[in-house]
Amino acid sequence: MDTMVRELSYSQAIQEAMAIAMERDPRVFLMGEDIGVYGGAFQVTGDLVHRFGEDRVMDMPISELAGAGVAVGAALAGMRPVFEFQFSDFATLGMEQIVNQAAKLRFMLGGAVSVPLVMRFPAGSGTGAAAQHSQSLEAWLAHVPGLKVVQPSTPHDAKGLLLAAIEDPDPVMIFEHKLLYKTKGPVPEGWYTVPLDRAEIRREGRDLTVVATSIMVIKALEAAATLAQEGIELEVVDLRSLRPIDTETLIASVSRTHRLMCVYEGVKTLGIGSEVSAAIAESEAFDLLDAPIVRLGGAECPLPYNPELEKAAVPQVADIVETARRLVQGRI
Amino acid sequence: MARSSLTTPEPDTATAAGRLPAANLPEVYRRLGAAEIRDALRKMRLIRRFEESAEEAYVRGLIHGTMHLSIGQEASAVGVCSALSPTDYMTSTHRGHGHCLGKGADVGRMFAEFFGREDGYCRGRGGSMHIADPSTGNLGANGIVGGGLPIAVGAALAAKRLGNGRIVVCFFGDGANNEGAFHESLNMASVWKLPVVFVCENNKYGMSTSVARSTSVKNIADRAVAYSMPGVTVDGNRFADVADATHAAVERARRGEGPSLIECLTYRIRGHSKSDRNRYRTKEEIESWQKRDPIQLFEAELLEFGLMDTPEMVAIQTSVEEEITAAIEFAKASPAPSPADLTRYVYTTERGSHGHHGA
Ligand SMILES: Cc1ncc(C[n+]2csc(CCOP(=O)(O)OP(=O)(O)O)c2C)c(N)n1
Ligand SMILES: [Mg+2]
Repeated sequence: MDTMVRELSYSQAIQEAMAIAMERDPRVFLMGEDIGVYGGAFQVTGDLVHRFGEDRVMDMPISELAGAGVAVGAALAGMRPVFEFQFSDFATLGMEQIVNQAAKLRFMLGGAVSVPLVMRFPAGSGTGAAAQHSQSLEAWLAHVPGLKVVQPSTPHDAKGLLLAAIEDPDPVMIFEHKLLYKTKGPVPEGWYTVPLDRAEIRREGRDLTVVATSIMVIKALEAAATLAQEGIELEVVDLRSLRPIDTETLIASVSRTHRLMCVYEGVKTLGIGSEVSAAIAESEAFDLLDAPIVRLGGAECPLPYNPELEKAAVPQVADIVETARRLVQGRI
Repeated sequence: MARSSLTTPEPDTATAAGRLPAANLPEVYRRLGAAEIRDALRKMRLIRRFEESAEEAYVRGLIHGTMHLSIGQEASAVGVCSALSPTDYMTSTHRGHGHCLGKGADVGRMFAEFFGREDGYCRGRGGSMHIADPSTGNLGANGIVGGGLPIAVGAALAAKRLGNGRIVVCFFGDGANNEGAFHESLNMASVWKLPVVFVCENNKYGMSTSVARSTSVKNIADRAVAYSMPGVTVDGNRFADVADATHAAVERARRGEGPSLIECLTYRIRGHSKSDRNRYRTKEEIESWQKRDPIQLFEAELLEFGLMDTPEMVAIQTSVEEEITAAIEFAKASPAPSPADLTRYVYTTERGSHGHHGA
């Protein structure tokens, strides 16, 4: 019997991963704001509280700094917390515990402890929630040794990366894009993992490597489909892991296509694309480049409320199509 | 319009509706006088109709994103603001429409902001959660729970240093009282004896989480003890109670005696935001609070004390309706911001072009 893999939404896939992890391991529990009866601001925890009870799906007071630290402490002392920030923007309130404590404890203590902590961050723009509820701050955390940072772009990866993160002995930060929660895709049943350190080639193509993250992977694939009709073949690489970066896959791809473009929603400068570009510039693929490296990223401003401005602030499919075309045609 | 709270103005209530005030008239009504009482009722109506109209506009797709309505909480917004002079400062919250209108914001510019237009208070960049109006001392609503508390303390520090006699009112919700920023701010304000009035609008829930499930004290006003400042809990649905407590706290602040904490017990009738399914509370609970509607309570009291009559109240409703209609027209006619201006207003000194792919 052939396995027709069922489809789940990205948020259902995450919820399923949490349920499977809690069933397998009594140490796993969820913590966050309004993740119980409310089901989470984006309905990701949904009805889990009814299945696992309030001790394992814990609503907490609006206290991100202490909440993040409580998760760190629980991880140090034998539990496996999965902490939800209601919006990734509120990571700013928890930064102390994430950056100074979770990321550094093992190192500072000479390897005496591990912090098996998972944090989930609903991120990104597109919901009209304006500057304090729309940011993409993944590059901030990716800057910190001691953390692992991933950005799933498909329901399959959302589940597999989360299960890998829960199993991992170190702190793993997962940036989920709010606009992806309702997207659907095939998700295998049961327990499986996706490696926390590998990029994935989503579409092969000879003309240009497009390294994209999160929702930009979906947009890059759309752009690739458009450009294919003109005979331009994009290779779309889903970076997936920001720390560590899978330079091997990137170098191999650029060595085939001889061109590189990075597409990400976070602010363009000093962001993910800067790092990917540098990784190529520092590698043997540099000599093979036929064109300058190009980055498409978020505008150099906070996210605006007005929907037209909001769209203009992050790369859209048309921007990717246009820039990729010019790059391949030697017009950049 | 500026009124010094240091002197009690002559009561003009007797002339208001041509009747003598009742003997048990709450002190704050004498102090405010007829014009300000009328203004308070008008503002409460305006806030209610503003939010109901915004809700309708949202349903019709005119508004992007989400919004947090304060329907049912108007007495606390307006009661507090009734004790402020126009130069006093205020910090507000994500549920701040009432605070902004209470402090004197213009409904047309509020709607324009909701519609994302250039004439909005934030030129369409901020939306419902970020209304600010420095011209009326409104230092801004806030998308971050607890975000306004330290800012209020800072504004109070500046007012004290500059010796300009201004005080600061800081609104926040019950949920915010569990943020570190709340505790750190109250402590600093107290240690430095700053002119701040902390106003906790306790509407029983921070999103879905009840005060009982999130907060270690029964009354949030009890937190004041830990920071050596007065703390009072008042009926937040009763204008007079809120106004009374705020006048006392404002006077204390102006005398240089430092901060106070006022807890207004109230209730939000609508869901937390547009996506709330109200799973954490009962219909009965919502209905029981609807019976304590702050506008109805206020009107009943004004009638009882003979401070206003029904035709005057109807006239207020009519004029509010006209103001809302005109405001929506104004907002709809306002231009949308240009994408070429995307990166403007990030820095005070602007250079170069401002579109996304600009220099
Ligand atoms: C730091 C931070 N954490 C969480 C949120 C999400 N959030 C917005 S409003 C809210 C509830 C706030 O409750 P409360 O302070 O009681 O104000 P209310 O909404 O009841 O007026 C939450 C959790 C936020 N905006 N900022
Ligand atoms: Mg509340």
